[in-house]
Amino acid sequence: MNDRAPPVRAFAPSLAVSDLWVTYANGVTAVQGAGFALRAGTITALVGVNGSGKSSLFKAIMGFLTPARGTVTLSGRPVREALKAGLVAYVPQAEEVDWTFPVLVEDVVMMGRYGRMNLMRIPRAVDRAAVSAALERVGLADLRKRQIGELSGGQRKRVFLARAMAQESEIILLDEPFTGVDVTTENAIIALLRAMRDEGRLMLVSTHNLGSVPDFCDEVVLFNKTVLAQGPTATTFTEANLATAFGGSLRHIRLGGGALHDDDDDRRVTVLTDDERPLVLYGPRDAETLVKRPPEEPR
Amino acid sequence: MSFSALLLDPLSHGFMQRGLAAALLVALVCATLSCFLVLRGWSLMGDAVSHAVLPGIIVAELLALPLTLGAFVAGLFTAWLTGRMAGASRIRPDAVMAILFSGMFALGLVLFLKIETDQHLTHILFGNMLGLEWRDVLEIALIALPTTLIVLAKRRDLLLAGFDPAHARAIGLSVSRLDSLLLILLALAIVAAMKAVGVLLVVAMLIAPGAIAALLSQRFDRMLPIAIAAATLSSLAGTLLSFHVDAATGPAIVVFQSGLVALAIAFRRLKSRAAMA
Repeated sequence: MNDRAPPVRAFAPSLAVSDLWVTYANGVTAVQGAGFALRAGTITALVGVNGSGKSSLFKAIMGFLTPARGTVTLSGRPVREALKAGLVAYVPQAEEVDWTFPVLVEDVVMMGRYGRMNLMRIPRAVDRAAVSAALERVGLADLRKRQIGELSGGQRKRVFLARAMAQESEIILLDEPFTGVDVTTENAIIALLRAMRDEGRLMLVSTHNLGSVPDFCDEVVLFNKTVLAQGPTATTFTEANLATAFGGSLRHIRLGGGALHDDDDDRRVTVLTDDERPLVLYGPRDAETLVKRPPEEPR
Repeated sequence: MSFSALLLDPLSHGFMQRGLAAALLVALVCATLSCFLVLRGWSLMGDAVSHAVLPGIIVAELLALPLTLGAFVAGLFTAWLTGRMAGASRIRPDAVMAILFSGMFALGLVLFLKIETDQHLTHILFGNMLGLEWRDVLEIALIALPTTLIVLAKRRDLLLAGFDPAHARAIGLSVSRLDSLLLILLALAIVAAMKAVGVLLVVAMLIAPGAIAALLSQRFDRMLPIAIAAATLSSLAGTLLSFHVDAATGPAIVVFQSGLVALAIAFRRLKSRAAMA
């Protein structure tokens, strides 16, 4: 038995959704013919209003519900097979987890290894090493003996990222990873996600935090029951596409002309927000581009 | 009172040996399961299933089948029906369970008074710990020990299904299958405990040890030994007390367990007060 740290695996993930339809028992069709394909080594934002069917799409990808029609293929395999092979990790929203459970931080990360253990889930040295390495990487090694509910919101998120790392899964789905975390934590999480992407993993992030999307997402899927637009963030994450995806439900602030300039400069500032961090665009009329976030101040 | 008078005198009687053996077996299986029931918020399910076994016992008696079989089938049927009714209607699960368990219990009482039987109602309801035969103790052991072993072997999966069902599914585990397994084990524990402490008192044995453990520890792996220790201590103390003061054995055990819950709550209070000071 191999008692050393797990070897770095070569990740070759892919995720393909084709003509996917999800209909609930009450007759509501939440997903109508969605289709897209994602590549290895990318982070994709899944963006859409509440009730757009994002979570139904997530559930179908994870095999939690059976689509009425269409297929989901994970690394070339059907969903059930991919889950059994431990290819997919899921980072849940905070409210999906019971924080009063008597489990320690290290216990939660060890749950990422269950798929690789025997039926009694007795950890081997290789499992302990993977847990320690993951905790080290997310900076929670000192807190490993804490009960999970004693952690802050951002630390809890990092525990679940550590679990996904320990699982060594090549596809990671994250549901609203920035809800309830401060900007420092958000940056820490984004740095971890980028590092995991650079190892060749594929990540799909459901979010309505529009402002952070350009910071870490390579691709965007704009979603409302079906795929409205998909492509690289720079060309797809535009005001026009967002207006289509969100209809009138975004806060929309635009400054231009005399309010911004005292000459006839036609550049303008556009702020789009869903009550999270806003998306800010600046530039000549109808050619505004993303305003990059200023570099972090050294702490 | 000397050690010999306290402990050895009672154990010189065969009925006390059998009663104590049964009490300890029941304590073991109920305490192990109680940790999961308390964490999952399934205490009421224990209540529902235990009440629901009554009509099963009567029908089994009528059909000349083993009583344990009737009890097990009735308990599982109620657990299954609870899931179906809660899923398919707008009534909340607690209301569904309350209706089902009182309904099944009432059905059992109606059947009992209608049918000629040599069963004693008080024995079914409150147990007959000191009237057990060795074959009863053997039957309890044959159900209680495998049930305990299965719970222990599957403890990590059962815990995961309660803590984070999405992750359980994501690694290819069937949460509904694990939930069904827990319900089957619950019904088995109730059937094992039935003859010793009765269908009304078993629910205390299925909740109190887990509650004590949850109050005293933040680590699941420590909860199990704490729960088993608390239940064993209560069974020992309750059985001996019932011998010395001529009290009903099952109730004496439950009184001890409830006392330990109160102590655990007091201990937690003192500890948090000390932490604040």
